[in-house]
Amino acid sequence: MTETSLYLIQQLINGLTIGSTYALIAIGYTMVYGIIGMINFAHGEIYMIGSYVTFIVIAGLMSMGLVSLPIVLLIALIIAIITSSTYGWTVERVAYRPLRGSNRLIALISAIGMSIFLQNFVVLSQGSRDVALPPQISGGWTFGDPSVFEVSFSYMQLLIWLATFLTMAGLTLFISKSRMGRACRACSEDLGMTNLLGINTNKIISMTFVIGAALAAIAGLLLGLYYGVVNPFVGFMAGLKAFTAAVLGGIGSIPGAMLGGLILGVTEALTSAYFPSEYKDVVAFSLLVLILLFRPSGLLGKPEVEKV
Amino acid sequence: MSKIYNAIFAAGITFVLACLMIGVKLNTEGTTLTVSGASGEQWSWIVGGIVLVFLAQLFADRIDTLFGKLPKPKIGALLPAEEKRATLKPWLLAALIVGLLVWPFMVSRGAVDLATLTLIYIMLGLGLNIVVGLAGLLDLGFVAFYAVGAYTYALLSQYFGLSFWACLPIAAGLAATFGFILGFPVLRLRGDYLAIVTLGFGEIIRILLNNWTALTGGPNGISGIEKPTLFGLEFTRRAKEEGNVPFHEWMGIDYSSSYKVIFLYLIAVILMLFVVYVINRLTRMPIGRAWEALREDEIACRSLGLNRTIIKLSAFTLGASTAGFAGAFFAARQGFISPESFIFIESAIILAIVVLGGMGSQIGVILAAIVMTILPELAREFSEYRMLLFGLLMVVMMRWRPQGLVPMKRPHLELNQ
Amino acid sequence: MSQLLLDVNGLTMRFGGLVAVNGVNLSVKNRQIVSIIGPNGAGKTTVFNCLSGFYIPSDGSVMFKGEQIAGLKDFQISRKGLVRTFQHVRLFSKMTVIENMLVAQHRHLNTNLLSGLFKTPSYRRLQDEAMDRAAYWLKEVDLLEFANREAGNLAYGQQRRLEIARCMVTQPELLLLDEPAAGLNPNETKELDELIIQLRDEHEISVLLIEHDMGLVMGISDHIYVIAQGTPLADGTPDEVKNNPDVIKAYLGEE
Repeated sequence: MTETSLYLIQQLINGLTIGSTYALIAIGYTMVYGIIGMINFAHGEIYMIGSYVTFIVIAGLMSMGLVSLPIVLLIALIIAIITSSTYGWTVERVAYRPLRGSNRLIALISAIGMSIFLQNFVVLSQGSRDVALPPQISGGWTFGDPSVFEVSFSYMQLLIWLATFLTMAGLTLFISKSRMGRACRACSEDLGMTNLLGINTNKIISMTFVIGAALAAIAGLLLGLYYGVVNPFVGFMAGLKAFTAAVLGGIGSIPGAMLGGLILGVTEALTSAYFPSEYKDVVAFSLLVLILLFRPSGLLGKPEVEKV
Repeated sequence: MSKIYNAIFAAGITFVLACLMIGVKLNTEGTTLTVSGASGEQWSWIVGGIVLVFLAQLFADRIDTLFGKLPKPKIGALLPAEEKRATLKPWLLAALIVGLLVWPFMVSRGAVDLATLTLIYIMLGLGLNIVVGLAGLLDLGFVAFYAVGAYTYALLSQYFGLSFWACLPIAAGLAATFGFILGFPVLRLRGDYLAIVTLGFGEIIRILLNNWTALTGGPNGISGIEKPTLFGLEFTRRAKEEGNVPFHEWMGIDYSSSYKVIFLYLIAVILMLFVVYVINRLTRMPIGRAWEALREDEIACRSLGLNRTIIKLSAFTLGASTAGFAGAFFAARQGFISPESFIFIESAIILAIVVLGGMGSQIGVILAAIVMTILPELAREFSEYRMLLFGLLMVVMMRWRPQGLVPMKRPHLELNQ
Repeated sequence: MSQLLLDVNGLTMRFGGLVAVNGVNLSVKNRQIVSIIGPNGAGKTTVFNCLSGFYIPSDGSVMFKGEQIAGLKDFQISRKGLVRTFQHVRLFSKMTVIENMLVAQHRHLNTNLLSGLFKTPSYRRLQDEAMDRAAYWLKEVDLLEFANREAGNLAYGQQRRLEIARCMVTQPELLLLDEPAAGLNPNETKELDELIIQLRDEHEISVLLIEHDMGLVMGISDHIYVIAQGTPLADGTPDEVKNNPDVIKAYLGEE
């Protein structure tokens, strides 16, 4: 194989890795939007908190002398999910529930306020500088001719792919089979009607925030390990990207969020392969604007019919 | 019983929120990452917080009734009666303007400098108020237009030697053009999409400024930007241009660097008054009514032959041009600009000003801008809490007083019978 | 034969697989009151949405004053002189009555920013004219004394009348009224009845009406179209429609 095609394969692998974590975060946006029709601006911060908790737990357990990596990771995952979910739940209770039914603009401003608050809360409690965790999972496979270009696929990347796949499969099963999942789908069809049918919609909305936050925590753990660095500002950009992914796939649609995340990740990786990497953000946002203009319902979303 | 259960639950939630994120600190030691517990003082804060939440939940209804009994402040009652106000208004206005113009000669340089900064935020707040308050469009990338204005003046002055006064309308016009180009496609979108797209646009502009090093100087920015002149008179010790006389020589007085500061302040006052006048007129014009109507019922507007895209676009463009205006002045005052000045946080601060003041209310926005720029200066030891409080303020305001401190009172047009 | 003011042929509206309106034809002549009736959910409001440009019809032609308007934007159609009201009152409730009337005249005002900033003579003149027109129509619907009141504070019947006045001030040739008598008491309905006839006879406009109040429809219509399940069922003068066996069946069900 030629150098170009090997290079392309490498970028594809990197892109799918980042893309699958975007997809995990994007599901939080899409589920909340599907039910209450609102962008949860603070969702990116929940992801960032997930990363911090992962770092805290790993560093804590390591200093206590626990060395078995799978156990450490499992404990970190559980604690990150619990903490992030609690944040997600609290955000909904404090900033969104009291405003349900009021003007959209007002709810949106409250959401932005919450995002700014959480970001600065972490700046104050953990400092604004990068926190670095030494690589926990190293090594991987390489293939291709070393004299031309060597494609590497690390164990970490494999872990991200597997974890994302399992999470998505679990979520799909939950939404389609369980009672809660059914109630959830009913809410996104017609919130008011579901309420009339005697289902506690407040509970369902809270649960949506909790599930979204849990997925963001998983993404926080995976990306934290992958990059090995976290700071209080990573949530802002990741949140924007994940939202773009959700819109790209069709906001409100869970498979759409998955597809959107992967497409966005690959697009970014290909952009940074041929242009200065700063421009990948420009490309992502331009993509967002273009989709909204030409296909506002996204790739898999249902077009909205305006009620007059 | 359920009350106690609720209170315990809330306290538990608070504990989960706080124990790791506040209670444990991450430290980097060489290449390893270690953790340490927070100081005893911080833990006592955490415990205090948990107890507070527990008690607040336990006595929630009693606290609510207590708050219900508190008299609501009536700002309207403090003002004189309607007819009296009408006769008083021109006098008050005149006194205020004279005060604004005379005041800087009596105070310190630092105070005048701070006042100039406040005036910039007032202009930005008023500009965003057109978009958010009057037209009801949430623009989260407002700072991008501010940046366009600032870089327009900086670059035109650096490359073509154009003066501040020539660049002022160009900067406003260019910012408006950017607003138009961005707004035309995206204003058809729903409100929350608009918020995200403008946020993305703000980031794009910042990234471009940071990376287009050949033109913008990248992260190093542009320095040595010319200061404005008074009909060609410079405020430097010696004239930079051949044959030019500096202001102090022309006046026949001794050189003082505070003349320049006061002069900049006076320009800011004039620009601010201009912006206030224009917006004041706009709210009384057909376009101002159309903004309000569109906010109330878009479908009715369309059925009456109003082109919503054009009407929203006019608000978006006017807001952008105000930011461009303020940006050009900002560049001239600082003499140095870099992408650092145009990050998302700036947009958020301007939005907080509009929200605190009262969406749509001009007086409210002006007061909020003064409070928001002067308070952090007065309470410097709390400056690290500034953004935290801004975020909190936005949530709290939306929950308890979404109309802001000074709710908007739109001038009603009356039919004389 | 005089030219038709509105001529609709084969109007069809599909939402995905659902056919909400199927091959509806209707025509309105100058100075005519035409009604569309039919059971609930028959697709009457969808027809209105298609005519006024809120939906783009999937198929069929809509000729207004001899010009194809299907596919035009809502505000463009309204500017051509085809203006509608809504089933639920849609006023700018925080604005005063007179301001509601001025918003409707937006495009007749001088909206040039500079003229507005400096209050040029042309700006003042157009504003005065708009005020006069607004006052005239408020008088016609008996709301002049409420001109400076907030629209949201008016009684329901008054809000309905204001909505019609607000349409009229845009100087339309065809007025589409979507259930104007809904929620009105018999007295108010009678006033509305007179107002609609007055619009036709004195102001020489045509009215296309959706209405459930059969007394009102039969009393004032020059021509009636019946739609059931999105398809045209019958049409004719009130007497013809009243005695049409298909119509009776659709309303009363099979015997």
